Amino acid sequence: MSAIKLNNSYKAVVIGGSAGSFQGVIKILSQLPKGFPLPIIMALHRLKHVRHGFVEALSIKSVVQVTEPYDKEAIKKGGVYLAPANYHMSIELGNYFALSTEEMVNNSRPAIDITLGTCAYVYKEKLIGILLSGANRDGALGMKNIHDKGGLTIVQDPAECMIETMPKAALAVTEIDHVMKVDQIVDFFKELDKQYR
Amino acid sequence: MQDIDIADLKRITELVYQKYNYDFRNYAMSSFKRRMLRIMELKKLTVDTLLKKLTDTPNFIYEFLDELTVNVTEMFRDPSFWRVMREEIIPSILLNHKNFKIWHAGCSSGEEVLSMAIMLKEMGIHQDVTLFATDLDINILERARAATYHVKNMELNEKNYIRFQGNATLKDYYKEENGYAVFNKDLLMNVTFRKHDLVLGEVFNKFDLVLCRNVMIYFNQSLQNEVLKKFHESLFKYGYLCIGSKESLIWCDYASRFIVVNNEEKIYKKIKD
Repeated sequence: MSAIKLNNSYKAVVIGGSAGSFQGVIKILSQLPKGFPLPIIMALHRLKHVRHGFVEALSIKSVVQVTEPYDKEAIKKGGVYLAPANYHMSIELGNYFALSTEEMVNNSRPAIDITLGTCAYVYKEKLIGILLSGANRDGALGMKNIHDKGGLTIVQDPAECMIETMPKAALAVTEIDHVMKVDQIVDFFKELDKQYR
Repeated sequence: MQDIDIADLKRITELVYQKYNYDFRNYAMSSFKRRMLRIMELKKLTVDTLLKKLTDTPNFIYEFLDELTVNVTEMFRDPSFWRVMREEIIPSILLNHKNFKIWHAGCSSGEEVLSMAIMLKEMGIHQDVTLFATDLDINILERARAATYHVKNMELNEKNYIRFQGNATLKDYYKEENGYAVFNKDLLMNVTFRKHDLVLGEVFNKFDLVLCRNVMIYFNQSLQNEVLKKFHESLFKYGYLCIGSKESLIWCDYASRFIVVNNEEKIYKKIKD
């Protein structure tokens, strides 16, 4: 971890994931430092027509209760948010969520690119983007948006991923600051937390 | 991919407002921006050529509206919502009125009004209900009137209908012709389709039930607030308002004039004038 220069200027963390990311997300959320100060905004591919169960399954293990925000809900420090089923989730200037039912993007709704891209637009260099295991290319462009705006980019080590397509696609289209295993991402959150104490 | 900044978005919305009297100035920024980028990509336009086209080619506004408005919808979207409609909301309206009126505000290509018609038919009260279905976009109203959908969309519609637990199969209501599902026009006999603008339009009738699901999410909070006032005025006392499952009214001034009847399905009841 010594190679990573961290500071306390970050305003948000955004996580994208698809097939094979569930266990990784659970691990990260279950070992999150108590009182972690930044909002964690997650766009994870999920069954479009199952509204219930996912957020509950994540919340069982998570240190912080995970919620699916309402349209125009304000983003709170330390909140952990999940894009609801069958909606795209954007972040607006003014630091709140906006949902939409637009066409699928990359065959997905929620689309990771939309959440990552709007986070990049709002938080610019004060954003950390993390892309986990997945079977399509959604999220790659969003990671590029984050990098282009000066944010920090992390992908799950493809060698560890159940399906490596997603992090590999991101590595192919943009500069990724760190390739990490989930355990390293867990430690990264702990180090990041210390910056704010 | 091109980008577009806020100043350019404002130039577009100002022009459309001044020249055509459609007001997108209070639309939610992120989705509106994506719609503009989408139009520019589809029509091979830049901000400047888009502005020029809007200025010089009056008919282009209809294409513009058609692409701008989000026309992604499903029959029986959220089947649990439709079960609550059938088992609780409609029966409760029927306690007081045999004949009643429904407004589908922002009806898009008509899947929801068709779902309602099918449900009312299965309840045996189809002939007693008057429905209005409105949208800003006249092209999409034509598609709604046609009640004709690509068969590739029918798989999802069928799945939703099965989860709604209707008492037939969806196939009983349409014929397949050249790759399209053509619904029985009798279903729409009590439906009036008309152009109506939620932002600038006047209240035009009084209703027992208003459905406006996943429409106001494209508005910013101040516009949501204004539109809720119009819905309030359009509802009889004790009438119902239905919004999308992840929408909320709690930020609106008029929220206190409604009570939540079903929080999960986002069904509200007007209790105060």
